[in-house]
Amino acid sequence: MKQAAPRLIELVEECKSLAFDLNFSYAKEWKKQSPDRLLVGYLPIYVPRQIMHAANALPVGIMGVGDRKQIIKGDAYYQSYICHLPRGIIEMALDHNLDDFDGFLFPSICDCVRNLSGMFKLVHKGKFTRYFDYPQNFDEHIGGTFYRELLETIINDMHLLNGVNISIEALNRSISLYNKNRKLVETIYNIRQDYPWRLSATDVYHIIRAGMVINVEKHNEILEEVIRYIEEDYGEPMDNIRVIISGSFCEQPPIGLIKSIEMAGCYIIDDDFMLGSRWIQDDINGTTEDPLNELVISFLTKSTASSAIYDVGNPRSARLVQLVKRRNADGVIFCAASFCDPALLDRPELQKACDAEGIAHINFQFHENTGQFKVIKEQAGTFSDSIKLWV
Amino acid sequence: MSNPKEAIKENSMIIQKEMLGNLFTELSTAKENGKKVVYTFVPGNLTELILALDMLPVYPEINALQSGMRKKSGSYIKDAEKMGFSEDVCTYVKCDIGMMLSGNIGPTGEKLPDPDLLLLSYTGCFTFLKWFENLERLYPGVEIAMLHTPYQEDGTITQDQVNYMVKQLKEDVIPKMEKVAGKKLDYDRLSKMLENSAKAEDLWVKVLQTAKNRPSPIDSYFAGVYYMGPLFTAFRGSEKAVEYYQELYNEVTERLKQGLLPVTPEGEMKEERFRLVVEGPPNWTNFREFWKIFYDMGAVIVASTYTKVGGVYDQGFRHEPDKPLESLAKYCMGCYTNLNLPQRVDLLEYYIKEYKADGFLINSIKSCNSFSAGQLLMMREIEQRCGVPVGFIESDLVDPRYFSYANIKNRLESYFQMLGQRKVIMAQEEAQV
Ligand code: SF4
Ligand code: SF4
Repeated sequence: MKQAAPRLIELVEECKSLAFDLNFSYAKEWKKQSPDRLLVGYLPIYVPRQIMHAANALPVGIMGVGDRKQIIKGDAYYQSYICHLPRGIIEMALDHNLDDFDGFLFPSICDCVRNLSGMFKLVHKGKFTRYFDYPQNFDEHIGGTFYRELLETIINDMHLLNGVNISIEALNRSISLYNKNRKLVETIYNIRQDYPWRLSATDVYHIIRAGMVINVEKHNEILEEVIRYIEEDYGEPMDNIRVIISGSFCEQPPIGLIKSIEMAGCYIIDDDFMLGSRWIQDDINGTTEDPLNELVISFLTKSTASSAIYDVGNPRSARLVQLVKRRNADGVIFCAASFCDPALLDRPELQKACDAEGIAHINFQFHENTGQFKVIKEQAGTFSDSIKLWV
Repeated sequence: MSNPKEAIKENSMIIQKEMLGNLFTELSTAKENGKKVVYTFVPGNLTELILALDMLPVYPEINALQSGMRKKSGSYIKDAEKMGFSEDVCTYVKCDIGMMLSGNIGPTGEKLPDPDLLLLSYTGCFTFLKWFENLERLYPGVEIAMLHTPYQEDGTITQDQVNYMVKQLKEDVIPKMEKVAGKKLDYDRLSKMLENSAKAEDLWVKVLQTAKNRPSPIDSYFAGVYYMGPLFTAFRGSEKAVEYYQELYNEVTERLKQGLLPVTPEGEMKEERFRLVVEGPPNWTNFREFWKIFYDMGAVIVASTYTKVGGVYDQGFRHEPDKPLESLAKYCMGCYTNLNLPQRVDLLEYYIKEYKADGFLINSIKSCNSFSAGQLLMMREIEQRCGVPVGFIESDLVDPRYFSYANIKNRLESYFQMLGQRKVIMAQEEAQV
């Protein structure tokens, strides 16, 4: 049996250390190269990274501390019944991990992230702090106008710091680079749909997560290289079922949990981890005279299904069922962070839709620092066995 | 304590009871009478629009809190959990959905009519959005109108935000409401209602501000939640609401003249030992017991943020008849939970200083991230800025599993003890000076 190329293993290792570097050393080093470079941190899920890239800023995803940092101060800022993600982030802020960042964006996904934006203001972190209040009205004339104004506000925040005026060419170039990035990510998922044994779900996770903290040019190179390797045939298929993970869009599950699901006999062939990097579901036109408008339109019309977006008229349950069919999955694992209102309030409806279509599903809750996976592994194993019995 | 019967004789209470009784009668016959029913939320509600289109509002949050008070919420919540809702999520949502699954019986014992329209204006809380998405599926085919209220992330309301909301109202929300109502909105009628709103709001602020007196004639939290009812729910914009607040204001000023203390379920308080500012909603399942802990200790709540969830009127906002849609937009954006954290801290600081509070207390609600996330930092800020003793207790709105009477009582007793000692020390220091 042919083995994975050593260079691929090396690339995955590189991504792994980038993805979980809570000091953001790569980004800080990048910033040092030129005085007009900025670091803009953003929380899950989505911000249009193109505007930062075009403004000579590096968008840096702050995806939580996972199980990599002991929380001491953060717990004094949050009651026990609030999810884990914000306590890790405030801990990082208080421990000076984020000191070189110029600004922070807090996407409008829930009240925890919303209030965290105010906490950053109260503890004076960042030269600008914005709650990224994207519209829930998707009419171009109504929500579109508001969204454009929001993007212009952030562009202005950055301009005040580095004096960069974004040109049409620069923004079009950024749009094209991120188009390529999403396409490459999708290619990896597409290859894994047919050959999930060539790259484990944890490897994919590390590769995609690394892209949140480095520049898109470098990430594209990594992705291209990875794709070259996984296009080749190697490894051996196992008798695993094929599942989609749903619900982990914000607080990220610990790597141990992803591994446990795989080890229990489930190939994870699609997921909503790192949803922000796959948010826009198609190319954005990067050749027009008004690229900002293209970003606006793409948000209004091409956003992925997410618990953070009003879905009446385009229900996420139907979109999940579609995804299951498109990926030819055997079942869905609902896997949401504890105390996550947006994900957990969606769950019954999504489960109902799966039931109606005869799609098998199970359900876990986790904290980003969950350390015990025995029960989860057993449940996923039973799930896998029960599906194998019927298909 | 005086005879509890005296407490319920107050005219304002009778008026409010009558208003509610009439509303529920109208609701119970709504379908027969062809009246359209709108389900909507309290913070940032568009009651004047609903009333101006002759529709009847229902507030699922109010149903939930009343289920809590009637000890029904526990089983409703469990029903929703059986349906797949996690133990972790907001219990108002689960209580409402559980109540719906059990036949949607309202507080009067009669079935509430199904909605003809879900009016989703989700000021200050993201969970509202999820709540009505769920209801939209549970009432298949129901019309839904959504008004996205931007957050005051930078501590101000910008013109862009106002324009965005007015456009939504004009081009999306009002046309949908008109379609359901079967009539066009009469803007003159709306303006007249907004005029009434402003009158009631003036009176409401005057009532709240009587708590600046020592002793305060009102409790701005436990009694405040009753006082705020008409203005925050189905009656804002009506003449009846103006009448209610006029009556309430007359009663409160009379109490003030006579030097009387707040009314409680056991009659008038006799002593004001502590003046407190409270942040966070109350617990409803054990509301009376909870309140009793305070009045037994002579603690009066002189200002609270919960009585600002339906509008922070004491900071100047009024509905404006000549700018109806702009003022509705500003109203929605101005509600307490739509303020950013620094604004919330500033407001609390203002209350503590202006109302000469002895202490600051947070009742942190498990269900409500909108209120609760960040409260511990707010508490530290207040401690630093105001130098008053701060207290922190935890409970839930309507989930009886999260109300531990013994625990809360213990904590509050220690807190009051601390306030008492501090008063003695301060009195000694003053005497020395
Ligand atoms: S995990 Fe859920 S509740 Fe927590 S910050 Fe993320 S979206 Fe909000
Ligand atoms: S989270 Fe808070 S504000 Fe939102 S619905 Fe629940 S109780 Fe109400």
